[in-house]
Parts: sequence; structure tokens; C-alpha cells
Amino acid sequence: MMELISLGFIGASAFLLLIITLWKRKSPINFRDIPALARLYRTLGLSIEDGTRLHISLGSGGLLDARGGSALAGLAMLRHIAERTSVSDKPVVASAGDPAIGLLAQDTLQSGYHAANVDDLYVPTSGRVTGLSPFSYAAGAMNISQNENVSANIMIGHFGAEAALLADAADRANVTLIGASDDLAGQAALFASTQDALIGEELFAAGAYLGAGVSHRASLTLQDLLRWLVIIALLGGVAAKIVGVI
Amino acid sequence: MRVLTAAIAIAAGFLILAGYFFPVFAPVQTLLLNWAIILAGAAALVGVLNLITVHWDKIRRREKSSGYSALLILGIMVAVLVFGIVRQPAIMHAMMNGIIIPAEAALMGLLIISLLYAAIRLLRRRADVMSIVFLITAALLILGSATLPFGNIPVLGTLIRPWVSGVLALGGARGILIGVALGALTTGLRVLFGADRPYGGN
Repeated sequence: MMELISLGFIGASAFLLLIITLWKRKSPINFRDIPALARLYRTLGLSIEDGTRLHISLGSGGLLDARGGSALAGLAMLRHIAERTSVSDKPVVASAGDPAIGLLAQDTLQSGYHAANVDDLYVPTSGRVTGLSPFSYAAGAMNISQNENVSANIMIGHFGAEAALLADAADRANVTLIGASDDLAGQAALFASTQDALIGEELFAAGAYLGAGVSHRASLTLQDLLRWLVIIALLGGVAAKIVGVI
Repeated sequence: MRVLTAAIAIAAGFLILAGYFFPVFAPVQTLLLNWAIILAGAAALVGVLNLITVHWDKIRRREKSSGYSALLILGIMVAVLVFGIVRQPAIMHAMMNGIIIPAEAALMGLLIISLLYAAIRLLRRRADVMSIVFLITAALLILGSATLPFGNIPVLGTLIRPWVSGVLALGGARGILIGVALGALTTGLRVLFGADRPYGGN
């Protein structure tokens, strides 16, 4: 029974995503204000102007576990940022704590430079695996923020409490920090350490806010729609419990 | 080539998803996941080579922290020698217990200080209602669960802390996790349909 419900939920979501994507092609862009993402947008322009580097931290989540979703969201954002900042003197650096994500980060960066017609500016070592455990990853990524002329560190992916170490390193080096994690401990650490924290599903909204394409906008609308469905289901469950149906 | 990679990724994604719901696809799912595990193992080797390349470049260019890079490469060589060639359990345990575990524990200790420092600076960075609520909640939970010299604080440890952590915090955490799950679902669907191609497609 649960399998049928899950299949129905995924199938309906997929169908709705297709419909919303087609609908969103012609509809105007209208987002609510998320201060952290507005700052991210400004940071991209500033880093190009002052010739500094952006550091995209993709976290220590792997592709084969439940944290793959946040890493994929980070990669989607990396692709867009690489394309937009390809004219900068200093190429974007991406760090990952999982080798598969590290390889995908290199591939994504290369795609971004290719899309901007500057293939020769791509540097293979700009996509890096800095460590294979959460703390070793954080130790390696802290070094990038402090020593490689970085002006902003954008953390999107799976980070546990070790996010506080990265935030502290960024703070000491006067690096702007924008962070989002799918982990509750990581979110709490980032909430305390950054000026504007991204909470919960806002992690997955970065692509749409940066103008990554109609599919990102459609998935954001679908998220909102599904959230309302979940809210209605929860309230329905509460009402049914009170009435004594379940 | 890009069409081929997208076709392989989409087909593999759909077959693995189908394996969860239709038993007929389960063997294909297992086979594909086994291949993925082998590829992830190979990726780990590539990741270590990438780490060596990055730090070798730093040493070659005599960058600011190249001394640490040299130490890292030396460490990798020693680890390969000990764990891959010598394979003496006593030396392996000594390396684990003497270097890796203390280094991670030291980072954990630093983390406590970083978190404390972040909490102290929170109101200077962002003086709003949510920051005040965050700090009060953290203080209540710490005071409610800490072992104090004069014993536990009566109402805080027995009534307020369990209620805050078991009702308010748990409810909020569930809400956030549902949001994250929905975001992961839509991101996964985008990859499944080939709208996002983190494997080299435009």
C-alpha cells in the first residue's frame, strides 16, 4: 500500500513538474524576497568587478546516499555560477567531500565554461576533493577560503556541525558567507554564523533565483504546491484524529 | 556524446526508480547499484589523485601554505605505504589512534569554541526576534541538560527542556525536514528528466 502511495506521489509530482514547466515558459518571474539569495546575486557581480574568487562548497554528502539531493542542487547552482563568472580573472573554485561529487563538480565547471565559449579558461584543479570525512573536508575547504584570494564562500550541500568551522574561517578572512545545508545541525550552525541563513527548502531555490532556467522555476512552484498538499494532509489527519475516524 | 550520456543517465535513473516499485526490475536495480558502487570506489582513487595534483601545484608555485601541502602529500605516501603495502595491524592501529582520531577530536574541540563564538556574536551580526529566540532556546536547553555543581535546575530540567526539545524543536525540525525532502524530490525529478545534467550536458 505504501509503495503504491509513494509511486503515485512521485508520478503525480513528475506530471505536475512537466505541466508547470510548460506553463512557466510564458508566465512572468515572481519570487518572494530571500535576503541571502539577493546577497548571493550581488556577490557574483562584485567578485567579477574586484577580480576575486568565489568558493563553492558542496559539502560532504555523497551521491549514493540520502544526501545526494542537496549536492545535486549545489551542482546546478555551480553550473550557473561558473557560466556567469567565466569572465572573471580568478576562476571559481568548487570543493567537495565526496569523490563522485568532486568529479561532477569538475565536469559541471567545464560545462559552464563551454557554455560561455571560454573553454580555454577552465582549470581542472578548480574542482577539488578536499577530504573524505566531514572534518577533513572542512579542514581542506577552510584553507581555500583563507589562502586563495576568495571574496565569497557559498556553501550549498550537506554540512553537519562542521559548517561552523568553515563559517569561522570565512569570518576571519573577511569572506562573505552564504550557507545552506540539508542537515539540521548544519542549519543551526549556519544560522548562528552567517548574516542571512537559508533555512530548509530554501537551499533548493538558489538555482531559480539566479535565473538558471524554467525547470528550476517550475520545481520551485511544485515545491510550494506539494508543501500545501502536505499541510492539508497534516491538518486533515489532525481533524480525523480529533473526530475519532483514525 | 552528450545525448548518449544523458540517455544513459536517464535510463539508469528510471530503472533504479522502477526497481523500488516493481519486483521485475529489482535485479536490474541491484546490478546498476553495484556498478555505481564500483564506480564510486574508482572515483575515490581519482579524488585522492586530484588532492595530490592540487597540492603538488601549490608546492610547485611556492604558495603561502605550501608547507602544509608538502605535509599532506607526505602523509598520503605514508598512509599508502602503511595501509596498502606493509599492512601491519599494529602500525595501522597506531596511525589511526595516534593521528587520525586525535586530529578529528581536536577539530571537534575547535568546533565547540567556534559555535560558542558564533553564538556570542549572533546579536551583533543580526539583532532580530529570531536570533533572540534562538539564543534563549539554546541557553534553556544547555542549562536544562547540563550537570551543575548544585544539581539540576528543578523546573527547567524536568519540564521546560523536555517540552521545548520534544514538542517545539521536534515540530520545527519535522517541518524543515519535510521541506528539504520536497526540495530533494523536485531536484531529483529535474535530473531524472535531464533538465539538470551535472555530468557534462548543457
